[in-house]
Amino acid sequence: MFPRIVYESFRRQARRKLLAGIAITLGVAVATAMIAVATDIGDKINRELRSYGANLVVTPQEDTLDVEVGGVNLKPPSDGAFLNEADLPKIRGTFWHHNIVGFSPMLPVTVKLGSGSDAKDVTLLGTYFSKALRFGKEDFTTGVRITHPWWKVSCGDGKQSPNCGWPDDDSENILVGERLATKLNKQPGDTLDVAGRQLTISGILSTGGAEDDQIVAPLALAQQILGKPGAVRRVYVSALTKPPDALSVRDPKTMTPEVYDRWYCSPYVESIAYQLQEVIPHSHAEQIRQVAQNEGTVLSRIKGLMLLITFAALLASALAVSAAMATAIYERRVEVGLMKALGAGDLAVSAIFFAEALLLALVGGIAGFAAGALLARQIGRSIFNSQISIEPVLFPIIIAIAVFVTFAGSAAAIRRAVKFDPVFALRGEG
Amino acid sequence: MTTTTTTAMTTITTPGTLLTPKQVADRRAQSPHTSMFARMLLRAAVLRRRRAASALLAMIVAAAVATAMMNLYVDVQAKLRTEFRNYGANVVIVAKDGKSLPADALAKVESVLGAKALAVPFSYAVARTHDGQSVVVVGTDFARARQLNHWWKVSHWPDAPNEALVGMRAATAVSPKRQPFELTFQGKAIQLAPNGMLQTGAGEDSRIYLDQSEFQAWTGIAPSTIEVAATGTGAEVETSIRQLAQVLPAADIRPVRQIMEGEANVLNKTRATLYASATLVVLTSALCVLATLIGWVFDRRRDFAIMKALGASEHLVNGFFAAEAAALGVVGAILGFFIGIGVAAWIGRVNFHAPVVPRFSVFPYVLAGSVAVALISAILPIELLRRVQPAIILRGE
Repeated sequence: MFPRIVYESFRRQARRKLLAGIAITLGVAVATAMIAVATDIGDKINRELRSYGANLVVTPQEDTLDVEVGGVNLKPPSDGAFLNEADLPKIRGTFWHHNIVGFSPMLPVTVKLGSGSDAKDVTLLGTYFSKALRFGKEDFTTGVRITHPWWKVSCGDGKQSPNCGWPDDDSENILVGERLATKLNKQPGDTLDVAGRQLTISGILSTGGAEDDQIVAPLALAQQILGKPGAVRRVYVSALTKPPDALSVRDPKTMTPEVYDRWYCSPYVESIAYQLQEVIPHSHAEQIRQVAQNEGTVLSRIKGLMLLITFAALLASALAVSAAMATAIYERRVEVGLMKALGAGDLAVSAIFFAEALLLALVGGIAGFAAGALLARQIGRSIFNSQISIEPVLFPIIIAIAVFVTFAGSAAAIRRAVKFDPVFALRGEG
Repeated sequence: MTTTTTTAMTTITTPGTLLTPKQVADRRAQSPHTSMFARMLLRAAVLRRRRAASALLAMIVAAAVATAMMNLYVDVQAKLRTEFRNYGANVVIVAKDGKSLPADALAKVESVLGAKALAVPFSYAVARTHDGQSVVVVGTDFARARQLNHWWKVSHWPDAPNEALVGMRAATAVSPKRQPFELTFQGKAIQLAPNGMLQTGAGEDSRIYLDQSEFQAWTGIAPSTIEVAATGTGAEVETSIRQLAQVLPAADIRPVRQIMEGEANVLNKTRATLYASATLVVLTSALCVLATLIGWVFDRRRDFAIMKALGASEHLVNGFFAAEAAALGVVGAILGFFIGIGVAAWIGRVNFHAPVVPRFSVFPYVLAGSVAVALISAILPIELLRRVQPAIILRGE
């Protein structure tokens, strides 16, 4: 009898059930999408924060002081220590290599432009643009196009054209900083006499920094000009990190083994620096505090904001579901009166309503979860150009929340419907 | 409404108190014709307090959530911009061709940008240590540099004469045991105490920072660079750059693209996410109102039938329910608006440690939205009920 009552109730009152079902579906969809976005926003914003550039720098351990004013390097180019280019792919072998978005080696060389009396010193910076490398069985590309996304190459005056662009990493083509290009009056396609070599300008580089007065060339070319094959002055590493906390700033030397393991296995900027030092011989890795220290604050602000908004969304969905359920039950007082007049107890009547609510919550919850997953995907694709993945573990949680909210929303209405005097209900006085 | 229905309704709503015709006439004379309409609205709310209260509650919650979202959407961007200023200067002013800036450059910059922006002068020289090593020495204003560069890790900011702030790497070269050291610039020597250590992970680590006046007395070099943290949107910063270029024609003024583009990027993504979330939340709360109000109006189909049975025109009945919904929308919007402002302020305090400024400009939108949602949720069930004969409703079928 019990299943038949519930079944018939769904069959005969499809319109009313539909209204409550739609409310549950929409409420669950919004809740699912918001939870998915809120749990993933940290990772997404972390990636966007990488547009501020590298947050770690690796230098030789025995390096001499940099003597650089206004982008002009005054240190003799062969002075000081170098890193070995052959060690760089090992960066992909560190514990947190999945968190390393990219790295760019830098080798500044002071070169003479022109000859005779009008020769002048300019810094030529050797680097990777988008270099294909291999570590173990893994192929990857890295370079300034990943780590320095604000570097823009144009034909001068900000114009784009297929004739000018980034040089190849194994070519002898170069980029000229925009201020230097104006001074030299050079356009892409022209050649430049650098240290006795005729180099073709493939594009004009605009960075808003010291590189605007420099020449940027493939690393191999800079090494040839300097006469030191394989030499790298420093490496910029862009890594996804966890905001600093009490553990991150501790000195690994003073940690107990358990704490050390926890520190080592957390993607703190400090532990990633430590691991970089391990894989690159004779190196010193340090966080670039301007980038590394600030991203934690920005990240935690945005995450906190999304968390609070998700709470608001959950609250609003819960209220919407409760309101819809209360309305659906309130409309059925006459039925309750009839059931009670026929001898049904409060418990039996409540059980029918709760069973209906459970069914509605399950159906609405599953439909809502699917709709919410689609919604989250859509948000991820349109805002971040990447997938927002929904953890499967979220499914039982969402269904549990849907059932709980539906029950909570129905409870008050069911109580009132059961307490209502059947005489009044049957006479239609409510 | 005709006179007969007025009398009938009065008798129905106050059973047991028989009024003499004179009393009725007096009452009618005191109250104007429209008061019946208003009275019905009021009585409907008072007699069904619980249902009316739950409808109003839904309305208030929806309006509060919408207000909070709109307030946050506008204010969070400004809040995040101030967070982004912790990244330091977004505009750099450099004297052309390695000269110094005019002496009044800093004052000019400050007069153009006003009090909101922070401008820090820097001057550079290459000095020699006692063993002939070159080291870059920078003169600056410590108080300002400290405000601009929050990420500098400094053990002690110099506050006494001849105290220097020494970068970590420079320290190992000039003063490994933290002993006082001597620097020479063009034959002039200076004795410095390395009381503060500076760590940034960038070029600053190889430099030694001095107070600008001491630096200038020693080297005679005036500031050649001013780093500026300009507040405001990208367009506002561009305007500031143009204004600076007018007052300082001898200098190169350029945006720090790394900072500007990073900020624009993160801010755009955050804004888009916030917009999507706020839309979802507002839609859900509108749904909540819709569900509650439809139930409320349906519940009152008996009133609807009685009014029609007593001869009220369709126009009047629709108007009555619409007025009721609109009143609910207005009251809900006003109460919800203030609660929403409170919620936004609380979120601002919890998350950004600064209150969100209430924006009364969003009130018209909240009001219009609330009334519109209330009207839609009232009209929908009435359209359904209109097709039903009043007799059927009154028989309770």
